Amino acid sequence: MKKVISGNYAAAYAAKHARVEVVAAYPITPQTSIIEKISEFIANGEVENLQYVPVESEHSAMAACIGASATGARAFTATSAQGLALMHEMLHWASGARLPIVMVDVNRAMAPPWSVWDDQTDSLAQRDTGWLQFYAENNQEVYDGVLMAFKIAEHKKVNLPVMVIESAFILSHTYDVVDMPPQEEIDEFLPPREPLYTLTDFDNPIAVGALGTPSDYYEFRYKIAKAMENAKEVIKEVGKEFGERFGRDYSKMIEFYKTEDADFVFMGMGSLMGTVKEAVDLLRKEGYKVGAAKVRWFRPFPREELYELAKNVQGIAVLDRNFSFGQEGILFNEAKGVLYNTDAKPVMKNYIVGLGGRDFTVKDVKVIADNMKAIIEKGELDREIEWYGLKR
Amino acid sequence: MEIPENVKKRLSLPAEEYFYAGHTACQGCAAALGLRYVLKAYKNKVIFTIPACCSTIIAGPWPYSTFGAPLFHTAFETTGAVIGGIEAALKAKGYKVKGEDGIMVVGWAGDGGTADIGLQALSGFLERGHDGLYIMYDNEAYMNTGIQRSSSTPQGAWTTNTPGGKKHFLEQRPKKKVIDIVIAHKIPYAATASVAYPEDFMRKLKKAQETPGPSFIQLFAPCPTGWRSPTDKSIELAKLAVQTAYFPLFEYENGKYKINMPSPNKEPKPLEEFLKLQGRFKYMNKEDMEILQEWVLREWDELKKKAEMFK
Repeated sequence: MKKVISGNYAAAYAAKHARVEVVAAYPITPQTSIIEKISEFIANGEVENLQYVPVESEHSAMAACIGASATGARAFTATSAQGLALMHEMLHWASGARLPIVMVDVNRAMAPPWSVWDDQTDSLAQRDTGWLQFYAENNQEVYDGVLMAFKIAEHKKVNLPVMVIESAFILSHTYDVVDMPPQEEIDEFLPPREPLYTLTDFDNPIAVGALGTPSDYYEFRYKIAKAMENAKEVIKEVGKEFGERFGRDYSKMIEFYKTEDADFVFMGMGSLMGTVKEAVDLLRKEGYKVGAAKVRWFRPFPREELYELAKNVQGIAVLDRNFSFGQEGILFNEAKGVLYNTDAKPVMKNYIVGLGGRDFTVKDVKVIADNMKAIIEKGELDREIEWYGLKR
Repeated sequence: MEIPENVKKRLSLPAEEYFYAGHTACQGCAAALGLRYVLKAYKNKVIFTIPACCSTIIAGPWPYSTFGAPLFHTAFETTGAVIGGIEAALKAKGYKVKGEDGIMVVGWAGDGGTADIGLQALSGFLERGHDGLYIMYDNEAYMNTGIQRSSSTPQGAWTTNTPGGKKHFLEQRPKKKVIDIVIAHKIPYAATASVAYPEDFMRKLKKAQETPGPSFIQLFAPCPTGWRSPTDKSIELAKLAVQTAYFPLFEYENGKYKINMPSPNKEPKPLEEFLKLQGRFKYMNKEDMEILQEWVLREWDELKKKAEMFK
């Protein structure tokens, strides 16, 4: 069924179609319409056995999801910016207790100054919490991402929580066609959760999250690291199966767009890559040999795929809608780190773009393309980090 | 072991033990005793949630657990939220919660994790009406962290961050009445209890099980380490706390207060009897003692009036 819906409604429909059992959430702009839509599903009797817990904070939203997930339920929540930051402590708790919770984060800039617009710093600041991170380019990917997220999170080789990330307003409140498969087909793709352990086994009671002494804590951490590595294979398998069933292939953790013969590529995450792909088409018509590398999964980081790309291009323009103060754009930082010990040494430049919802257009991509072209021709980097389009 | 008929059976507690030997509580710890009673009351059909507190340690490190029931360890401020999530999941999955044969969802947190950092989550749990029980075990300070004051520490008490010195510092504010905040949520059942009166406590645990909606019990639990009291005096101290009306036993049920004191017609004993057994009050001067005694009698009077008014 095709429906014209917002990114937030796509998230809500996906949660419904995933047959989530517990939703605990707190309102925050621009996430709120996800939870409102789920509330409507309940009010209209469109969902069975869904418990909605309207908590008093995001911290409690994550805590309630953790309690629910440990009890064996499929748990879902959504948040944004300050709310995600407030959850930070519990994000560690979810991954540490190995609970396959799925959350949608609507990328929003952090205050102050107050901003409700797009910026990836909120989710990227959570990169070390043990959550998988999927960045959606459009509403369809929000929907598909949530369905895949549950399957990946609940895979017995993974058992880790997953964050599906969409842009504030650019996706969350913008309507687009979203193709939703019939419920029976989704049920086949995503059967009910089969937890390895739950709090409801009274004959074999378990204790979760007990004190880990120095003789054991280290190994617990290693197991999470191992599960993250396992997740790469699971992501590819699930992405491939999704493609076979529903016609949209997600078997690659990086989507390569016209990169085969490209001199240089633009690399980035989320909705801005839609703009970039359009610009690539236009630039190709003008004779530029350019491509786009859309990083879908930021955690686990697609090291191997990035290495393959880097071997075949002369330059990578990394577009970061985020910034790590005192250093550089976060994707740039990670990508450069991966390539250090390899033979591939394309020229890499970091463009900081569109923080706090500043427009980033096809025209801007062209300006960056000219700059990259000059750098490659000259064989000399003008500067490593550029705050593109900054008002002086 | 069968009890011979000529021996007077003093307590009517169930014989089964689900709180196993080998726990790591300090000598004379009343909280450990409280846990034992909760497990006796609900057997193993209870899911515990414990935040950062002494009981995190008492339960034992991985891979051990002294609990014969499922246990979820969580972050300090989240007890109310986690038990809400557990209850929601049980309902979504079709389990019976509370009542005879139902699963008891119990949050077990200390006074710091309840009266201070966990107050917001507790409030959320209460106002949303979850079918669960929140037990605050009150040892009147942050004991696991090394005896720092909480908002449940009484005025005039020594703690490591309200020490007694040349300028005579000590705790300056009266004990926060958490149960009054709880009752302000108009929940169906709230009560105070004491480890010194296990049958009263067990009766209240049963009441919490039978009453739909959220229940709250504030359990008075002496801490010899933090109170600087002899380890064999915990029960005596808990008794004196009730007998002096420092910690009166009462229930709040559907808008009505009911005082349940062991000797209802006796006037409260002088508070000094309770204070003198504890090193934490040894820095008090006469004036401090009077302030605390006055506070106790004023609160006691207020409670009696409420019991009369809301009969």
